[in-house]
Amino acid sequence: MPLLRITSPHTHSPGNTGDVMQQVMLATIPGLIALSYFFGPGSLMNVVMASFTAVACEAAMMKLRRRPVMFYINDYSAVVTGVLLGLSLPPYCPWWIVAVSTGFAIVVAKHLYGGMGFNPFNPAMVGYVVVLISFPVEMTQWAAPRTALPDGQSLLGPLSALQQIWLDTGIDGHTAATPLDVFKQNDSQLVQHLYATEPVFAAGRWAGAGWEWVNLGFLIGGAYLLYRRIFTWHAPVAMLVALTLMATIFYDGGSSTSGGSPLLHLLSGGTMLGAFFIITDPVTSATSNRGKLIFGASIGVLIYIIRSWGNYPDAVAFAVLLMNFAAPFIDYYTVPRTYGHDKPRRATDNRP
Amino acid sequence: MRKIWDIPGGIHPPENKDQSLQQPIAEIALPELLVLPLSQHMGTAAEPIVAVGERVLTGQEIAAAKGLVSAPVHASTSGEIVAIEERAIAHPSGMTDLCMVLRPDGRDQWVELHACEDYTRLDHQQLVEKVRAAGIVGLGGAGFPTAVKLNPRANYDIDTLIINGTECEPYITADDALMQAHADEVVAGTRLLAHMLDNPQQVLIGIEDNKPKAIAAMEAALAAGEGHPGSAVEVCTFPTKYPSGGEKQLIQILTGREVPSEQIPANIGVVCQNTGTAQAAWRAVRFGEPLIARITTVVGEALQTQRNIRARLGTPIAHVLAAHGFDAERCSRLVMGGPMMGFTLPTADVPIVKTTNCILAPSREELPPPPPAQACIRCGMCAEACPASLLPQQLFWYSQAQDYEKLQAYNLSDCIECGACAYVCPSNIPLVQYYRASKSTIRRMETEKEKSDRSRQRFEFHKQRIAREEAEKEAKRAARKKAAEQAKQKLAQARAAGGGERTGGSQADPVSAAMARAQTRQVAPQQQQAKLERAVSSAESRLQRARQRCDEAGDEQRDKLQARVKEAQARLDDARQKLAAHEGTGQAADKPDPVATAIARAQAKMALPPAERLRNNIASLQKRLATARQKLDQARQAGSDTVEALQTGVAKLETKIAATRAELDDLQAGAAPEHAQAPSADSEAAAAAIEKAKARAAARADMTPEEKLRSQIESLQDRLQKARLRLEKARADNDDNTDAFRTAAEKLEAKLTQTQQQLQQQPVTTDTSH
Repeated sequence: MPLLRITSPHTHSPGNTGDVMQQVMLATIPGLIALSYFFGPGSLMNVVMASFTAVACEAAMMKLRRRPVMFYINDYSAVVTGVLLGLSLPPYCPWWIVAVSTGFAIVVAKHLYGGMGFNPFNPAMVGYVVVLISFPVEMTQWAAPRTALPDGQSLLGPLSALQQIWLDTGIDGHTAATPLDVFKQNDSQLVQHLYATEPVFAAGRWAGAGWEWVNLGFLIGGAYLLYRRIFTWHAPVAMLVALTLMATIFYDGGSSTSGGSPLLHLLSGGTMLGAFFIITDPVTSATSNRGKLIFGASIGVLIYIIRSWGNYPDAVAFAVLLMNFAAPFIDYYTVPRTYGHDKPRRATDNRP
Repeated sequence: MRKIWDIPGGIHPPENKDQSLQQPIAEIALPELLVLPLSQHMGTAAEPIVAVGERVLTGQEIAAAKGLVSAPVHASTSGEIVAIEERAIAHPSGMTDLCMVLRPDGRDQWVELHACEDYTRLDHQQLVEKVRAAGIVGLGGAGFPTAVKLNPRANYDIDTLIINGTECEPYITADDALMQAHADEVVAGTRLLAHMLDNPQQVLIGIEDNKPKAIAAMEAALAAGEGHPGSAVEVCTFPTKYPSGGEKQLIQILTGREVPSEQIPANIGVVCQNTGTAQAAWRAVRFGEPLIARITTVVGEALQTQRNIRARLGTPIAHVLAAHGFDAERCSRLVMGGPMMGFTLPTADVPIVKTTNCILAPSREELPPPPPAQACIRCGMCAEACPASLLPQQLFWYSQAQDYEKLQAYNLSDCIECGACAYVCPSNIPLVQYYRASKSTIRRMETEKEKSDRSRQRFEFHKQRIAREEAEKEAKRAARKKAAEQAKQKLAQARAAGGGERTGGSQADPVSAAMARAQTRQVAPQQQQAKLERAVSSAESRLQRARQRCDEAGDEQRDKLQARVKEAQARLDDARQKLAAHEGTGQAADKPDPVATAIARAQAKMALPPAERLRNNIASLQKRLATARQKLDQARQAGSDTVEALQTGVAKLETKIAATRAELDDLQAGAAPEHAQAPSADSEAAAAAIEKAKARAAARADMTPEEKLRSQIESLQDRLQKARLRLEKARADNDDNTDAFRTAAEKLEAKLTQTQQQLQQQPVTTDTSH
């Protein structure tokens, strides 16, 4: 009777990395629906394209690295990177933007650093930042939300969207400044005034038409993932709290130099996508719960700083990458207190 | 309701406890052979005390505990010991160990047991001894000898006794079944253990809330024993979570205290015992019953019957499986213990031992083989699950990198190997396996380090010792040098005091040297005679040969050859003369002639007044100077290289003569009387020796032959006695020279008897001495 000889434990919880990734993809659906509803099919097209590019790049890299291709494709990590990148890129951006950013994310940011589990930087954010810096014109043209379109215009249909993406036909008038752009460019009007005059605010309820719903969609997805214990609350909550605090401190009573209300910051741009889908990437974040709190809070602070006083309104990507740098450092000083020890020790403490 | 603390981490795997709780605890038939390993516990293995072929009774001790942390082994049934040999034991490595093999006779005859109605009448040591003699060890899984735990060091103030009925591992229901069936005995055992620990402030029975029947039974048993003296016993229930049943975790749940790293619960005043252990201890004290059986859960979908059995220790697992309708086809692995911490058995031929709480025979679908591991995505689920608040993902990272320093920094040693991290790992990484490997490597490295430290210490000590010895030698040398200098100074003082007196050393020297010379000459007359005889015979043969040649040779050569013959003849004559002379002296070898002459010479020198001696010295020096000058002249004429050396020699001699003359003048100037009054210590000693020798010689000269012999006998007896003493001493010291001493003593004896005989042969004149 040949018996298996393996060490304990002999039982395993259902679920593996592939399941985790599928859950993450599932959780992006509310946000994606909101994006599609308010901005048309552009984001969905981005997601599909980015996913295929990501999987193709992953497969090619696995082939080059002489690893079993299907085994690694099945962990869905490449797809998740593609999906997150597709959600971040502006709808209707040219196809090569998607290709370049996804290819860079998978090939350079992930595999050249050692592949799954070894990459120090969040691949999706690396891909995003690369195209943002390289092609600022294409990257700063966000579609106008459905409710804030000028009279007589409608969202792009699938056909014209494809035309726009593949042929770069340049359809006028379908883009508009995002709420964060509005605040960045404002230097004379009171917040109250901005909300009344700018179409993106006028058509919205709290933080700009469309954007508030997109962020709420990602918040719902994040809540689902928290419920499923895919990640812990520490990093997202720390980030959102820190961002709220910063926004409250610098709200300045809604003056012309105000950085915007806390609600604006929470529900605009990539805040919720970042909080629940980007900074919770386990590979590139801090490991202990205390570390995650520091990691998340630092990102929240950085997001506000970059949004208010930086050159780019796309603060999440930069903040995340900056803190990716710091994650190992945070880990060093946030080793949890082990059972039977009086106090936590630092990882730099080499005493046995 | 008492406060219950929560532990960090933990998991909720499917419990799978119902299938084995459907039937009551069963007994199974005795197997053909029982295999009782000598090491069923933590600590030193027991030592067999019965021989192969001996008949033993149920409960008879067949192997005795060896050392403090050990436990005896008892026969699980009556029968015959058929072998004491290496057999496969329940160990993950599949290793073999010494086992006693017992063939049951089916009669199950018990040894006489010593029951005890009231254990409170026994003192602590008697109770501990009873528990120890019954071979009771921790039945929860670790198998630590219970008696040791019940005898905590005096500096541990035990205020809490915890009885562990948690049984948090899936599948296992042995403690649950025991508490349901024998709650009264468990409670009695709890009270006994509390009594043995001097009734600690709190006695807690911890049970997870997934065992309502056991909790009810225990509470009923407690209520029945209401009013019992001693500590109040409390049943504590808490939410089900793996691994609440770990000793450290249970202590944390019930008391909020943590066992400090690398210490034992007693350090924080807690003793933790398993429910099964409590019951076994109770039976051991109350009925004198040793541990020969335990409750084991037999479970898994590869079995037709799943239940708890009361298994005799030593029952082969194959026998147990056969009794439960085991389907080998469906089973992929056989686990001893639970699915979280149990280990796979390489074969079913191993026996049930004291720590076997579960035999798990799962079907392939039930516990599928582990899928291949994926890369760690550092998701942190493991850290969430870890009850010790470790960072398993970091430990895994550093285990892979074999960075043992970092592993220690991340407290790998505090990992209890519960398997919660590996259970939740979405990448299916066998984390615990990595930790075990790293732990064993660290252990090995530590032993090696200790070894090398020790040898380094040894080497350093060796170096120190060598240095110390060297220093001591140096000190001695310095002391000697100093002493020599002091002696020189003294000498100089003496010389200053004694004027031109020659040094005592050189005074004594000629005497002793002369004596030594005389003695060597005296040492071996036989040898000398043999030498001379050889010389004679060789001279004879040479003469013969010369003659022969002379006869054979022609006329021209004859003259030459004849001369040779003459030469040979002369040599022979010379040799013969010498031999004759030697024989003449040899016969009178015991005459003190050489000694006497030496003494005489020395005496003569001593007797001379200093001035006279100096004059003599001058004369001899002058003689030497004359020859030296002659040699110098010759050398000059021959143009030899030695001219210079000879010149310096001559010059030295001249100065010496001058010095001696000066001395002589000084002496004559008036220092002589002083010298006579204050002879140096050395010259005194020499004088004394001379006196002694003189006395001896005088005595001998005056003695009649008879008296001589008598004195000889006396001295011989004296020497013999001394030799015997020395021999005895040598024997006592186991000296190498014992043999030499013995032969010396024998020789002395022989000589003594010979002398005595000689004395008897002497014509008896008068016996004045006796």
